[in-house]
Amino acid sequence: MTKNIKVVELEDVVVKFAGDSGDGMQFSGTQFSDTSASLGNDLSTFPDFPSEIRAPQGTIAGVSGFTVHIGHKDVHTSGDQADVLVAMNPAALKANMKWVKDGATIIIDIDNFDNKHYKKAGYIEDPLHEGLLKGYNLIKPPITNLTRSTLKNSGLDNKTIDKTKNQFVVGILFWLFNRDLKRGEQFIKDKFKGKDDIIAANIKVLNEGYNYAETVEALNTTYFVNPAKKYKGKFRNITGNIATAWGLIAAAEKSKLPLFLGSYPITPASEILQELSHHKNLGVKTFQAEDEIAGVCSAIGASFAGNLAVTSTSGPGLALKSEAIGLAVMTELPIVVINVQRGGPSTGLPTKPEQSDLMQALYGRSGESPCIVIAATTPADCFNYAYEASKLALEHMTPVILLTDGLLANSSELWPIPKMADMPEIKPRFVKDNNENYQPYVRDEKTLARFWAIPGQKGLRHKIGGLEKENITGDVSNDPINHQEMVIIREEKVQRVARNLPDQIMDGEPSGDLLVIGWGGTYGALLSAVKDLQENDKKISLAQFNYIKPLPKNTEEILKNFKKIIVCELNLGQFANYLRSQFPKFEYMQYNKIQGLPFMIAELKNKFNEILEDI
Amino acid sequence: MEHSQVTAKDYKVTNPVKWCAGCGNFSILSAIQDVLPETGIEKEKVVSVSGIGCSSRFPYYMNTYGFHSLHGRGSAIASGVKLANPKLSVWQVTGDGDSMAIGGNHFIHLIRRNININVVIFNNKIYGLTKGQYSPTTPKGSITKTSPEGTIENPFNPGELTMGAQGTFFARMVDTNPKMMKKVLKEAADHKGTSIVEVLQNCVIFSNKIHQEITGKDVRDDNQIFLEHGKPMLFGKEKEKGLILDNNRLKVVKIGENGITENDILIHDTKTDCPNVHFMLSRMTLPEFPVAMGVIRAYDCTVYESLLNDQIIKAKENSDIKNVDDLLNSGDVFEI
Repeated sequence: MTKNIKVVELEDVVVKFAGDSGDGMQFSGTQFSDTSASLGNDLSTFPDFPSEIRAPQGTIAGVSGFTVHIGHKDVHTSGDQADVLVAMNPAALKANMKWVKDGATIIIDIDNFDNKHYKKAGYIEDPLHEGLLKGYNLIKPPITNLTRSTLKNSGLDNKTIDKTKNQFVVGILFWLFNRDLKRGEQFIKDKFKGKDDIIAANIKVLNEGYNYAETVEALNTTYFVNPAKKYKGKFRNITGNIATAWGLIAAAEKSKLPLFLGSYPITPASEILQELSHHKNLGVKTFQAEDEIAGVCSAIGASFAGNLAVTSTSGPGLALKSEAIGLAVMTELPIVVINVQRGGPSTGLPTKPEQSDLMQALYGRSGESPCIVIAATTPADCFNYAYEASKLALEHMTPVILLTDGLLANSSELWPIPKMADMPEIKPRFVKDNNENYQPYVRDEKTLARFWAIPGQKGLRHKIGGLEKENITGDVSNDPINHQEMVIIREEKVQRVARNLPDQIMDGEPSGDLLVIGWGGTYGALLSAVKDLQENDKKISLAQFNYIKPLPKNTEEILKNFKKIIVCELNLGQFANYLRSQFPKFEYMQYNKIQGLPFMIAELKNKFNEILEDI
Repeated sequence: MEHSQVTAKDYKVTNPVKWCAGCGNFSILSAIQDVLPETGIEKEKVVSVSGIGCSSRFPYYMNTYGFHSLHGRGSAIASGVKLANPKLSVWQVTGDGDSMAIGGNHFIHLIRRNININVVIFNNKIYGLTKGQYSPTTPKGSITKTSPEGTIENPFNPGELTMGAQGTFFARMVDTNPKMMKKVLKEAADHKGTSIVEVLQNCVIFSNKIHQEITGKDVRDDNQIFLEHGKPMLFGKEKEKGLILDNNRLKVVKIGENGITENDILIHDTKTDCPNVHFMLSRMTLPEFPVAMGVIRAYDCTVYESLLNDQIIKAKENSDIKNVDDLLNSGDVFEI
């Protein structure tokens, strides 16, 4: 049978997979995005899983999602709204209808759309008969039954067979987006290596889904997303947490130091610990401590003993580490503290992103306790900033707090693979054995960093500790003048880091009507919104900050060239308040969202347009 | 060899030691300084780590690499030091508040992991640096600044806690007995794994003579038993008393009474994996029993940092990923 099929070229498309936690939505989402990547599409993905491990099946609480945004044009976010929604049950449909574009294609497993499932999802009436889906392109294959009949002679039990249902959906999508089935099959072969019966079953169902789509009348249009132009050479798809872990390993290799991670599992940072624990092949030592405090303290001990020492956590864990970070400030030891921010306070929203730990990172310690605070802006960029955090810590002898968030941590994007030879040098502040001039608080004149004498080295025995020390000698000191001097030196040391930082860059003209300011993981959405408005000839620019303490040298210069400034962040205005404290002469408007959700491009554009109309 | 010339003097500092006159800490400091040259370790490879408290000023008074850290966190800091460089000889000095209260969690986990660190607990059963509040080892009923009617808490016994946490080495010693301290500390240093040494230490200001019943010259022969591996558990001035197992419990007996001969007395075995007798020994209290001194347990078991190192060596051997460039180009890489 032949259909009359229309092929439409799209600039970009957003596909959202949603189903029960056990429906394999993360798997099929990754399969779809990896095959897109191999075709050269730009992409961004975002997994959205419930905080419960296996919430009751069929309920809203149990819905697990995975969004893939692919494009011929540059893709900066996982997309506001989906062009295609896969909903394996009514709960998945209900939870996601608000994230679907008008007229989108919705693929459901009709076998799960019955009264029993409606009740679990909280539908009072049958959503399919309510006209709720009017105006959408609804595809409703009996996926469960077709999968079971496809595999009825496979010898597999029903539970195993049902786990392959996601491949039916992927099959439909491969047809819909004109994908080569062989790439999908290869993905299955790689992921289930050694399990031949599982591979065969999944491949069979994948093909069945593809054939279904080819035959069914409701599908008469297929789509094509051309490769992005910007990619040439080798690249890979990478999430923020993996990029962070790898950035640390890279910094250790470049600085020729062993890497030590002392950490305690916490969502959404655990993956950094997990990933690093798999890299003993590169000499990485991971220490899963008994608590957050022991995590950071073991890192401080390792730093004292000469390793590149790191601890990773999320907001509540940072709170527990604050006393120890103060010790690292006092002892002027290099450590990297990674805070993958989540919704707070307290346990808050463990799986949801937020930017509400900025003040904690800047000021959340006893005493005058300055450290370097930096933030990564995209998933792949976590590699560079984990590397940079290590470099700054080692070269300036200070703790560095790197802020990422739950969105960056789990989202992925395409990443042109760097070469280690191209990464900047890292020069730890070593001191030679038997250096007679060595004293613990003798400092480098330019940076004010002290030197790093490591236990085992000859002729450099010394003591450090949390008590205030006399400058130069490092003897315990209660002298009032010395204390003030040391407090100022510690602050000045961090401020002087700005001398070596790159200038803050702008997306857009260096002057204009509206300056949008963001920091960290909101970059994708802010950039997309600002670029859209720039294309409509609006005088709007974006400054997305990576360096927060200290701020780049040209910050003030940037601020003064716009009629209005708006600071956009996923909190109640922490960076805005910080900028007010640093540059009080400017006026800062705010756009704040604190829902455990990233910014949507559309809401940002509305807000910016509103302001621009008033100018 | 250079390190053979190291003497106790090499570990002494020129700055003044600022403990109270008569404090038991002085003799412990000397004992450690005396023992270190005997361990054969190079002086640059010794690291002193402490938390907070009177005892924790120790690193400032030792001419070694030293780290005076946070209250209770000495074990965690010391763990990081040792794992970062297993060649270092790491000595953690702590007190009964630092290790049993605020640092209790780190203390038991250090022991459970069996990282090769020597921990010396200065147990004076009181908070000294904060001036006289009761500690987790203060005897029940004691009147202190924060227990005007007497404490209503059951005290910890560091030995019991060590055994409960699967400790491989526990010893007890007295700050007034340098000979005993040297012997015990040497064995602690030699032990591979976490060595816990409890020192009955006297605070002249806030708990003066707290251990007098055990350590007093007139009573010590009867109220202490010094345990040595392979030797019968005898005590008393003439070694006329001993310990036997009776109905699975320890019992004090007199040689010559009720037909008891020296052959009936238990022989101390520090090296057995079974901690039952060690546990009972560590719990012995007056007046029913003498208090056990010396090395109570020294069981050889796998050490954390060696296992870690073995895994690293194996992972390196078995992996095609030899450097970061290999890592970045491993797995799903697309070429356009």
